[in-house]
Amino acid sequence: MSATGMSPFLGGSASRELPGRAPDDAQVPSPERDRGIVASVLDAAGNARGSGYNFAYLDEGTKRMIRRAILKAIAVPGYQVPFASREMPMPYGWGTGGVQVTAAILGQSDVLKVIDQGADDTTNAVSIRRFFAKTSGVATTTRTTEATVIQTRHRIPETPLTEGQILVYQVPIPEPLRFLEPRETETRQLHALAEYGAMHVKLYEDISRHGHIATTYAYPVEVAGRYVMDPSPTPKFDNPKMDDCPALQLFGAGRERRIYAVPPYTRVRSLDFEDHPFRVQEFTQPCALCGARGHYLDEVVTDDSGGRMFICSDTDICETRVAEAAR
Amino acid sequence: MSAPLLSAHGLTKTYGNRLACAGIDLDITEGEVLAIVGESGSGKSTLLSLLAGELAPDSGEVRYRMRDGQTRSLADLGPAALRRLMRTDWGFVRQDARQGLRMAVSAGGNVGERLMGMGERHYGRIRGQALDWLGRVEIEAGRVDDPPSQFSGGMRQRLQIARNLVTGPRLVLMDEPTSGLDVSVQARLLDLIRRLSAELGLAVIIVTHDLAVARLLSHRIAVMRAGRVIETGLTDRVLDDPEHAYTQLLVASVLAA
Repeated sequence: MSATGMSPFLGGSASRELPGRAPDDAQVPSPERDRGIVASVLDAAGNARGSGYNFAYLDEGTKRMIRRAILKAIAVPGYQVPFASREMPMPYGWGTGGVQVTAAILGQSDVLKVIDQGADDTTNAVSIRRFFAKTSGVATTTRTTEATVIQTRHRIPETPLTEGQILVYQVPIPEPLRFLEPRETETRQLHALAEYGAMHVKLYEDISRHGHIATTYAYPVEVAGRYVMDPSPTPKFDNPKMDDCPALQLFGAGRERRIYAVPPYTRVRSLDFEDHPFRVQEFTQPCALCGARGHYLDEVVTDDSGGRMFICSDTDICETRVAEAAR
Repeated sequence: MSAPLLSAHGLTKTYGNRLACAGIDLDITEGEVLAIVGESGSGKSTLLSLLAGELAPDSGEVRYRMRDGQTRSLADLGPAALRRLMRTDWGFVRQDARQGLRMAVSAGGNVGERLMGMGERHYGRIRGQALDWLGRVEIEAGRVDDPPSQFSGGMRQRLQIARNLVTGPRLVLMDEPTSGLDVSVQARLLDLIRRLSAELGLAVIIVTHDLAVARLLSHRIAVMRAGRVIETGLTDRVLDDPEHAYTQLLVASVLAA
């Protein structure tokens, strides 16, 4: 199908030059499919011009497959839904799962924020944000409050999330039972029968070795009273934010090909013992830049003679607070 | 005599054309120790897996009297109930401790796992029980945080026993628990099994090729050959006055020390 063949769908913008398409898009003559592609091209017109890719990189068939997995994941909170993960133009470990989920849910009116360990300005965050700006043309932001979709690697923003926002996590290893049980067939069985005694063995080991639960990230949680889930390697500091959260939380693991979800306002409970209850990390000093207490802090080495400072890992809230103080 | 705790009827299992178990019937009551003896390849381990519900028989069934007094067929239980039975009311001591233990987890964690699986969520109580059980199987309290990879063979088997008995099971299956141990360690382990099974009134089914182990531990013996039970009876009777020609051969083959 040629660009002129599509013009009936283009309406007022018919005179605009159309961006190119991936060659395989043209091979399936389906009206529904074509509408999808044309609409995508239209949304992206201007920004995506000449990129050669469909809106938000993935073809519409793949997006529908991923959306089906997402819907199933939302219907069964905490359950890992297998999906046909695609090769993405970035290596595994750089967020291929999160990127696919984001691509599948992104619409033209969305505002995207991408963070890596809380920061908007690190390599991973910058490249993924640019990737979507280029392939979808959606607006991007670093402000948590302005974003409708936030893709994250290992942090939940300090600013409380609201209804209508979607948090997309990049997940390296989705299976919380993996360290005790290497067989996938067996872990599925354990999830199906809700046999989670082994999860507490790990916490038991922590206490017997360190005197307290020393797991500080990827701290296992029970979702909606049923499935035990790995919250991805977020610090356990962020676990309480997942509980009863107004935003939708989606988890994508590209290499392991799993998608799971926590719907809005869902109970998320961190596993613990009665006599060793769950506790988050505490910081003795405030952020060295904005003076905030109760935020998760990163240790930054400032020189080669032992100088260091502790600053907010969430760059957005830190910068906002610094700017407010200056006013 | 009360109804049996576990009874098997006509258990048959083939692997392709090979017959592993053929028409096996057996009963065991509480407090009874039954030894299954026979040479390698006679179907002892397959029988144990069938009894434990790990393998599905081609025909025949295993019935078990549950804690609520109801006798039910294992085939009707479903995987969830069967697994719960396995980790609460039953124990399974493996020949190879690495199959029965988590080698990277401390001894205390190994013993405590079943408790945590049953919903115990109090660290202090779990640890207390673990220490108590380590004591009962003669492992020093100081080793509670060491992983079994640092234990000797005999200690690993004793740890397996503690791990299985912590939930107060009524039936324990043992697959060659003493093989590969030297004689003095073996003797200590046998003593321990005999003492605990008597103290706790356990029903024990022990598979062994060692007639001395069978004589020391068991009340009754079933002799297997080529997938069939060829002779059963009280241990002393079978070993001192064997009826079947094969049993006679087996008893005669034992080297006198």
